[in-house]
Amino acid sequence: MDTFAALAHGMAVAVQPMNLLYALIGVFLGTAVGVLPGIGPALTVALLLPVTYKLDPGGSLIMFAGIYYGGMYGGSTTAILINTPGESASMATALEGNKMAKAGRGGPALATSAIGSFVAGTIATIGLAFLAPWLVDFAVRFGPEDYFALMCVAFVTVSATFGDSPIRGLTSLFIGLTLGLVGIDKLTGQARLAFGVPELLDGVEVTTLAVGLFAVGEALYVASRRHHTEEKLEPVRGSLWMTKEDWKRSWKPWLRGTMFGFPIGALPAGGAEIPTFLSYSTEKRLTKHPEEFGKGAIEGVAGPEAANNASAAGTLVPLLTLGLPTSATAAMMLAGFQQYGLNPGPLLFAERPDLVWGLIASLFIANCMLLVLNLPLVGLWVRLLAIPQPWLYAGILVFATMGTIAAKPSVVELSMLAGFGVLGFLMRRFDFPIAPVVVGLILGPIAESQLRRALAISLGDPMTLLQSPISATLLGIALVALLAPFVLKGMGRFKANED
Amino acid sequence: MTSGDPILPRRVDRAGIVIAVLLAGLAAVLVWDARGLQSTAMYGMGPEAMPVVVATGLALLAIGNFIDALRGNLPARESADPVPVVLILVGLALLIAIIGFGGGFILATSALFVTTSAAFGRRAIVVDSIIALVMSTLIYLAFDRLLTLSLPTGPLERLL
Repeated sequence: MDTFAALAHGMAVAVQPMNLLYALIGVFLGTAVGVLPGIGPALTVALLLPVTYKLDPGGSLIMFAGIYYGGMYGGSTTAILINTPGESASMATALEGNKMAKAGRGGPALATSAIGSFVAGTIATIGLAFLAPWLVDFAVRFGPEDYFALMCVAFVTVSATFGDSPIRGLTSLFIGLTLGLVGIDKLTGQARLAFGVPELLDGVEVTTLAVGLFAVGEALYVASRRHHTEEKLEPVRGSLWMTKEDWKRSWKPWLRGTMFGFPIGALPAGGAEIPTFLSYSTEKRLTKHPEEFGKGAIEGVAGPEAANNASAAGTLVPLLTLGLPTSATAAMMLAGFQQYGLNPGPLLFAERPDLVWGLIASLFIANCMLLVLNLPLVGLWVRLLAIPQPWLYAGILVFATMGTIAAKPSVVELSMLAGFGVLGFLMRRFDFPIAPVVVGLILGPIAESQLRRALAISLGDPMTLLQSPISATLLGIALVALLAPFVLKGMGRFKANED
Repeated sequence: MTSGDPILPRRVDRAGIVIAVLLAGLAAVLVWDARGLQSTAMYGMGPEAMPVVVATGLALLAIGNFIDALRGNLPARESADPVPVVLILVGLALLIAIIGFGGGFILATSALFVTTSAAFGRRAIVVDSIIALVMSTLIYLAFDRLLTLSLPTGPLERLL
């Protein structure tokens, strides 16, 4: 019953007129930015972070919830209408969705994705509300060594386990960890990797890194291979509404997608790719219309889109209860919290229940707003998609630099932004994943301070990491997750040799 | 991600070698920087421990990337056109220079807008400049008056 009381209290916070307005602005801005091609939810949150500078924490986090869901919805619109998924999680949506749009069924594709996102988001948010207090009860017993071990699990799963190449994923992670070392060491006050530059003493700003890697890097990358692709915007023809047949074919994939998305998102492993592709292949197997797959089957949009949204809500479970971001978007949300000196985790539930439960309640509200806003406004979003590419990317870059100029208008900070842009471009070009860099920058310093705290308590005895059962188990999981891809790859090679 | 291509003879990937060398260089910088730190911790780790751990990781990954490059294991790359990349970087350099020398927000972002637009194939510099100036002036006014966030001022901003 505790959860109901807390949630009801959160609702009371969220339905205050000002907070409703913030949620509405967030949903609107999030969709408007997220719908721009090449901009995923993580970048949407990063770009809009400066907009919330002047708000109070409660209002700003509520706006964030709206931006988050709005950005996700905008991303799938782009995936369906021009086949440029802003992030890997919408890739499965683009597969069938774009085919549907080409076949003149863009309307139903957008509708099933919007309603599926709503269904999945709502169920997953309920899951979040019930799972979070339970996890918080568990997490208050965590000592510093357990937190350190938990972060090791997150490091490994985010970078190595689920990517294409564990080596490239770990390389990205270690670049992020290196960036996390820059600045004054909090325990001893000594400067690390600052090279005498005063601006570096504060460390690397998460927003500067994220905007550089995602926005500037993406613009450079798209510019460099402009001669390869011609993006084609599919007009939305015919009816927007789903037929009875469409409904019949959509509701089961929505629920199945949610079942894949939420648990996998809630694990401290991150990544919405796995559940979206799991959902896609499941729907492909279960469908009564296998001949339509590859040509625009509505199940192939409904399932992955629900999985994507459910896993996004799932990633909020480790983020809110443990302070553990497991995706680039969650990392940006954490940066949003940190902007107010708030650290998500069990303590935040105890100290600022109004804030946490207000945020969770706002997720419900944002979800409803999206459903009401987006289907009627789809014409407006489509017009945003039609902005010519030169102006679009010029505008994105101006907007991206503006955030840095407003926060810290120094030559050093802007040079870092440009430098991270070049890094993002090179990483895209050579196929290094980008999210681990952001996660490494955010979690690296936290992991280090937890480890140092643990070792200080144990008077320098490293065995403390193995004496705590929680920490020992988590470190074991991290080790298995680190070695698994190498072992599996080796086995794959072995099998290939045998054939 | 389907590999339907015929198996090509594997070749050493030069870019991959450069990446490996850069990673090794970064590891060296970390160790060099950590040498200057004083360990004041009575028990446990000092501030120099973590950089060394990260440097060790980077060194191992440099080896891993090096082996991948020797085997030609890197994913296939499409050809890239350097001209637009350079144009955008020139735009960013202009932006930084204009802000650094006190030219103000409007001029700086306009320069970036025009160069980026040119990088994406537009050749209407005058029209784009006008669009950029109008847009950045509006953004400046919105931030300055509505959000009361201060943006860098230059000659143009003082006229407003």
